[in-house]
Amino acid sequence: MAKTPTLRPGNTADLIALIDAARGAGTRLDLRGGGSKAGCGAPVDPAATAVDMRGFAGIVDYDPAELVLTVRPGTLLTEVEALLAEHGQMLAFEPFDHGPIHGRAAGDATIGGVIAAGVAGSRRLSRGGARDHLLGFRAVSGRGEAFVAGARVTKNVTGYDLPKLACGSWGRLFALTELDIKTLPRGETALTLALDGLTAPQAVAVMSRAAGSQAGVAAAAHHPETHHPAGGVTALRIEGFAPSVAARCALLERLLADCGAVRVMEPAEAAALWDDLRTLGSLRNMPVLWRVVVPAAHVCRVTAALAPTPARWVMDWAGGLLWVGCTAEGLPPATLRALAAAAGGHADLVRADEALRRACPMRAALPPALAALEARVRRAFDPAGLFETGRFGDD
Amino acid sequence: MLAMPPVDQAVIARRDAIAQALRAIVPDGVIDRPDALRVYESDGLTAYRQPPLLVVLPETTAQVSQILRWCHDQGVKVVPRGSGTSLSGGALPLADAVLLGMARFNRILDIDYHDRIVVTQPGVTNLALTRAVEDRGFYYAPDPSSQIACSIGGNVAENSGGVHCLKYGLTTNNVLGVELVLIDGTVLRLGGRTLEPAGMDLLGVIVGSEGLLGVVTEVTVAILPQPETARAMLIGFPAVEAAGAAVAAIIAAGIIPAGMEMMDKAATHAAEAFVNAGYPLDAEALLIVELDGPQAECDHLIAAVTQITQGHGCTTCRISENEADRLMFWAGRKAAFPAVGRLSPDYYCMDGTIPRRALPHVLTRMAQLSAHYGLGLANVFHAGDGNLHPLIMYDANVPGQLEQAEAFGADILRLCVEVGGVLTGEHGVGVEKRDLMPVMFSAIDLAHQQRIKCAFDPDLLLNPGKVFPVLHRCAELGRVHVHQGQTAFPDLPRF
Ligand SMILES: Cc1cc2nc3c(=O)[nH]c(=O)nc-3n(C[C@H](O)[C@H](O)[C@H](O)COP(=O)(O)OP(=O)(O)OC[C@H]3O[C@@H](n4cnc5c(N)ncnc54)[C@H](O)[C@@H]3O)c2cc1C
Repeated sequence: MAKTPTLRPGNTADLIALIDAARGAGTRLDLRGGGSKAGCGAPVDPAATAVDMRGFAGIVDYDPAELVLTVRPGTLLTEVEALLAEHGQMLAFEPFDHGPIHGRAAGDATIGGVIAAGVAGSRRLSRGGARDHLLGFRAVSGRGEAFVAGARVTKNVTGYDLPKLACGSWGRLFALTELDIKTLPRGETALTLALDGLTAPQAVAVMSRAAGSQAGVAAAAHHPETHHPAGGVTALRIEGFAPSVAARCALLERLLADCGAVRVMEPAEAAALWDDLRTLGSLRNMPVLWRVVVPAAHVCRVTAALAPTPARWVMDWAGGLLWVGCTAEGLPPATLRALAAAAGGHADLVRADEALRRACPMRAALPPALAALEARVRRAFDPAGLFETGRFGDD
Repeated sequence: MLAMPPVDQAVIARRDAIAQALRAIVPDGVIDRPDALRVYESDGLTAYRQPPLLVVLPETTAQVSQILRWCHDQGVKVVPRGSGTSLSGGALPLADAVLLGMARFNRILDIDYHDRIVVTQPGVTNLALTRAVEDRGFYYAPDPSSQIACSIGGNVAENSGGVHCLKYGLTTNNVLGVELVLIDGTVLRLGGRTLEPAGMDLLGVIVGSEGLLGVVTEVTVAILPQPETARAMLIGFPAVEAAGAAVAAIIAAGIIPAGMEMMDKAATHAAEAFVNAGYPLDAEALLIVELDGPQAECDHLIAAVTQITQGHGCTTCRISENEADRLMFWAGRKAAFPAVGRLSPDYYCMDGTIPRRALPHVLTRMAQLSAHYGLGLANVFHAGDGNLHPLIMYDANVPGQLEQAEAFGADILRLCVEVGGVLTGEHGVGVEKRDLMPVMFSAIDLAHQQRIKCAFDPDLLLNPGKVFPVLHRCAELGRVHVHQGQTAFPDLPRF
């Protein structure tokens, strides 16, 4: 935790003054929202000054019929979701709160943190990620200059698409002060179909067939037999208007008839299953947690290699996302990273003790030419490296 | 007329030597005969013409890399080109630049039905992608009207959309990865077959970068299963306000149609005269709403949309009974540009986006502008997402009319920004809207964008003269502290 006092700017002028002062003093700045993801990455340089961005809070504008919400980044995710739900809308990328993953209470995550970390949940499979829903923003760069990018309309190609870069930037480019986010109607109903007892390859085949069908599967996940209290279960979530959901479920039941019995999950069981993919409660006892993003077609190369190890996993995004939990000794980081790379993907370290976080960067190393380009892009916004706090090990 | 960057006469003087050097890289792929160069002198923004210094048509990534590295070392500018259908002059050649044509990159490399992905070379046309996967029941969702001709590489560069992007997204939402060659010849992969890239989302910036950051030599896209059914509705309204309110009510009811297009009376009449689609000629505004999905879903949504539009006083409402009907409903909309072209010797297609709630105000103001300039106007409109395509009618043979049409267009785009919208929804900035960028962005905003350009192309050799009204030299931009729209170098050459 930061040892220097936390600063909490309340407006853009304060933020600019703070950044200018840091530039002058050569101090690094650790931008943070609710702190739900503070456990990700290497411990922050204790000399860095923490900047609490929750002073930038509140809804600026929301017109449901325009499908656009303008909000300040310090606003709580729960507040945003409640407002949208009141109007029958949602953040379609299904963001979630990292708090529970790090053993903290839920409810601290801010919308700015969700966007800056690019957090997308199970519906990523069908609706895109955070990056597909950030339309525009206001920010102050490491130059101490306020600027805007993108716009408050859903269709825009004017200038470079900097909002894409903001998602997943982890506060390393600029301090976000306002966000324009695309909202979408929430499905009137949702049903989860389940198949029990499938092996991982069978489950991946089922999820691929379902996702490639006209059923419009919103989300597809698989809990393996050995790690789930209720036994292995493969889940397909269907959302939309009631007649549509009924028709899509019927279609899936026909399509998957040769794969095993297809049952409709009880609402409570379904809610628990999708909730587990947000909180990763079933991997709770695993001190080390990895987020492995791979082509679904090759995910079983990873799970097969994990079988002899004590690692446990759950699969989301039809197999495109594998959460892997283990002990520090059970699975060396280099082994898992090599497995992910061999399967055409990459692994992020999401949870670990301080020693491991110090030793192993959160993100896998990029090829040198790409790393150099990324560094030039970071320097374009932050020439002095003000926002490099050692957390990502690449400054 | 737009000014282009000052021509480097020394490069022009070295033309033969440059041709020779490029022939050493691509022996059968260099065009330097003046008559043959004329084929490339413009793109879809035909008011602007400039034959290139030379054209080179590489076939492999290695050749692209060698060409770019050579041009970089020699300080020669490069303009990438796909199929040349850009409506904003993105592929407009420069007199002292090599035009790098990507037409020979015309192969689809891999189709992966398990993960619903196609890996393709960038010169493949948009429609060819869908053709390659439709037998298996899939398609590539972004469908620009130019899809028979435009290339995937051009789509990536422009972040192109189509009538179905309301529900299925623009190019950026459907591209997973690219192979990119930087101006110094470095070959990189951004993204790939996974749903998230490793590292920062540089791919997101490449899409829509209009050929200024690198040359795309391979593209990985997502494909979707074709919907089980698709049905269209043709709905006429006695007033534009009512049609706009109906669109808002459809979305507020939680319905995102596969497509939702609006045409004003002028466009409806032009289209009807051209294709006889059976459009209601008394309507002030015509909506085409397409719904797709399982049959039961279409039936449900058609009933809901019927009820909503009746509640908003529609005067006609027809529902397609079969595929022939559906295609006929669309035929007029799809032919709207050429249909307007028949009414007027020339037309100029604009592309601003507005918040939908501003539609009645914007249409009224545009009618006033039309009277002011004495030029006719027809409007087609991606109603779901607020993307306007006003078509300005003019006659280039009447001296001054092109300039009038451009001034009218610029006024429309200023109006879009004034009501909270943007200069371009899908056609790109190119040269066309370059000088309007300060209407939407401050000098500070633009400097932050241009520093991205500098991170990729510090010598500003790739497609200069496009997108940025003033292209600062990168070393200066790095030092300059821009304040309140005033740069510390106000006297930098403005082209
Ligand atoms: C009749 C008509 C209808 C149209 N309808 C639509 C529509 O509905 N929606 C829409 O969005 N657009 C539409 N357009 C515009 C145009 O078709 C698109 O912008 C298209 O994506 C351009 O593709 P292209 O291959 O022709 O690219 P070009 O015109 O050749 O080039 C466009 C830009 O891309 C760059 N570029 C091309 N290839 C590469 C590459 N491999 N690497 C790097 N840069 C590259 C060029 O430098 C240039 O800046 C229409 C155009 C016409 C003429």
